[in-house]
Amino acid sequence: PSKGAFGLGRVAMPAEVAAWDIDIRPDGMGLPAGKGTVADGEPIYTEACAVCHGDFGEGAGRWPVLAGGQDSLTRERPEKTIGSYWPYLSTVFDYVRRAMPFGDARSLSDDDVYALTAYLLYLNDVVDDEEFELSNENFASVRLPNETNFFDDNRMDEPHYAKGVEPCMSDCKPGPVEITARAQVLDVTPEGEGDENT
Amino acid sequence: MVSETEPKGPKTAASRRNFLKTGLMAGAAVATGTGVAKAAGDPLITEIQDWNRYLGEGVDAAPYGSPSEFEAHVVRRNVPWLTADPVSSINFTPLHELDGIITPNGLCFERHHGGTAVINPAEHRLMINGLVDTPLVFTMEDLKRFPRENRVYFLECAANGGMEWRGAQLNGCQFTHGMIHCVVYTGVPLRYLLEEAGVKTNGKWLLAEGADASAMTRSIPMEKALDDCLVAFKMNGEALRAEQGYPLRLCVPGWEGNMWVKWLRRLEVGDEPWHQREETSKYTDLLASGKARRHTWVMDVKSVITSPSPQAPVTHGKGPLVISGLAWSGDGTIKRVDVSIDGGRNWQQARIDGPSLPKALHRFYLDINWDGSDLLLQSRAIDDQGFVQPTKNELRSARGENSIYHNNGIQTWHVNTDGVVENVEVS
Repeated sequence: PSKGAFGLGRVAMPAEVAAWDIDIRPDGMGLPAGKGTVADGEPIYTEACAVCHGDFGEGAGRWPVLAGGQDSLTRERPEKTIGSYWPYLSTVFDYVRRAMPFGDARSLSDDDVYALTAYLLYLNDVVDDEEFELSNENFASVRLPNETNFFDDNRMDEPHYAKGVEPCMSDCKPGPVEITARAQVLDVTPEGEGDENT
Repeated sequence: MVSETEPKGPKTAASRRNFLKTGLMAGAAVATGTGVAKAAGDPLITEIQDWNRYLGEGVDAAPYGSPSEFEAHVVRRNVPWLTADPVSSINFTPLHELDGIITPNGLCFERHHGGTAVINPAEHRLMINGLVDTPLVFTMEDLKRFPRENRVYFLECAANGGMEWRGAQLNGCQFTHGMIHCVVYTGVPLRYLLEEAGVKTNGKWLLAEGADASAMTRSIPMEKALDDCLVAFKMNGEALRAEQGYPLRLCVPGWEGNMWVKWLRRLEVGDEPWHQREETSKYTDLLASGKARRHTWVMDVKSVITSPSPQAPVTHGKGPLVISGLAWSGDGTIKRVDVSIDGGRNWQQARIDGPSLPKALHRFYLDINWDGSDLLLQSRAIDDQGFVQPTKNELRSARGENSIYHNNGIQTWHVNTDGVVENVEVS
């Protein structure tokens, strides 16, 4: 069926592609028809999400925080949430539909996911109207606050990447080397080989 | 110890097994005292041992063998406080107990986002769709009819050493460097599959997707996909382990482990990256400025001394000491490894032994005569592109402390006069 050299495989049926190809790009490519409001999303969130992510997206225990943390990215302990860190709303819709709720993925309808996404925008103060409706029509017009703060890998500009510099081999530090930090002090490593990490 | 007081003579299988277990402790004690022989001689030599008298297991006892019971401590370990749940979590390869460059399949670290998917290969499908002439579906049987390649590659988690950005935290190279493994992969070059579907001229990116409950997705530039990526179904000669993506995984040589999508079920060709969760929220590197790098794919030149290390202290006293370690680079082969015993003041060139393969682990050794004094051990790798492994402080001055990923800084182990080893940072 294919034009390839080996003639292996068969043509994928449109229904098969539709079943698996659910990814969404920032420009909205891949979005299904549908809609949902902040108010629609609130009960879905409370039912399916709040047990792990907290009533307001603050995260229960060590489960991920979904909201808040704005202006924390330069602090000692940044809080990277949808509102403070994520660049694109498409990722929210795509990931929730693809992999959430944790342990029951693919269980939400497209309208549910629109409503949940709208509610997450509300929890993150990106929208403030409980009647705000998110749909495939207006989706790509919504921007997240941190979109412009990502750039492609430029590690090569860091000084230590200079190629072909012969590293120092002897008398590389002026005096005796001092210990400045010790893992033993923190004592957070699981105990010896025999235990079962209880 | 127990072996010396235990009555000799015929034993039941059960008591022999019990003896073997206690013998593990006794053996360790004997091993540390090999220099001290009693006048009457070492009873392990002068007395007939059980294994010299009684028959061992037959060839039908273990159709699929396991390590010796005396190696029961050589296992993957996890650090429960690192993640909220063991299902979306990480465990660590016991690097301190291994040698050579190949990781045994059962010890290869695991990183799942939705647990281990269990898939019957007869029910597995791989789809290619998007900007292709013909969208295709392959079965595993189809994939095994393409020409194959065998390649040795390391797979390193982008977060390997991530807990150490702020300073020395976990005490053992299993925990600080063990999100890595290196095996022989057998598979089909990805380009054969893409050519079979026919990539359109505007097809510049590839989305790889897993079949597990996280449906892992990553965007990969087409140049890499057509270069050296493999769609692999075997590791170290046998089928992939379930936790490593059975029956099919993607290999993206030299690049961060997250992109090596397990349980690979779909490849979509597109003209732009998708900016999926694992390349926006995760696997982006926050800098001190508050801005973040994305698409930091390559794993840079790196090394670690695996012994001595905190889990592998020096128990034999002064004299000959083998310093053993691993070095690797996502950019190619390792050309040289330098080792310092004084915290980076002075360096000497180590000896690389074994195969030197691109984007694979390399084993190095430095054989020294330990005088029993404190050591501050470091290793520094240099790859064939001329990149030199940086210090942690060089990395921090360029990036701050919140990058999480891509920590390839030089590791320091403090060996004290008792041979006890600790993870430290030095001036």
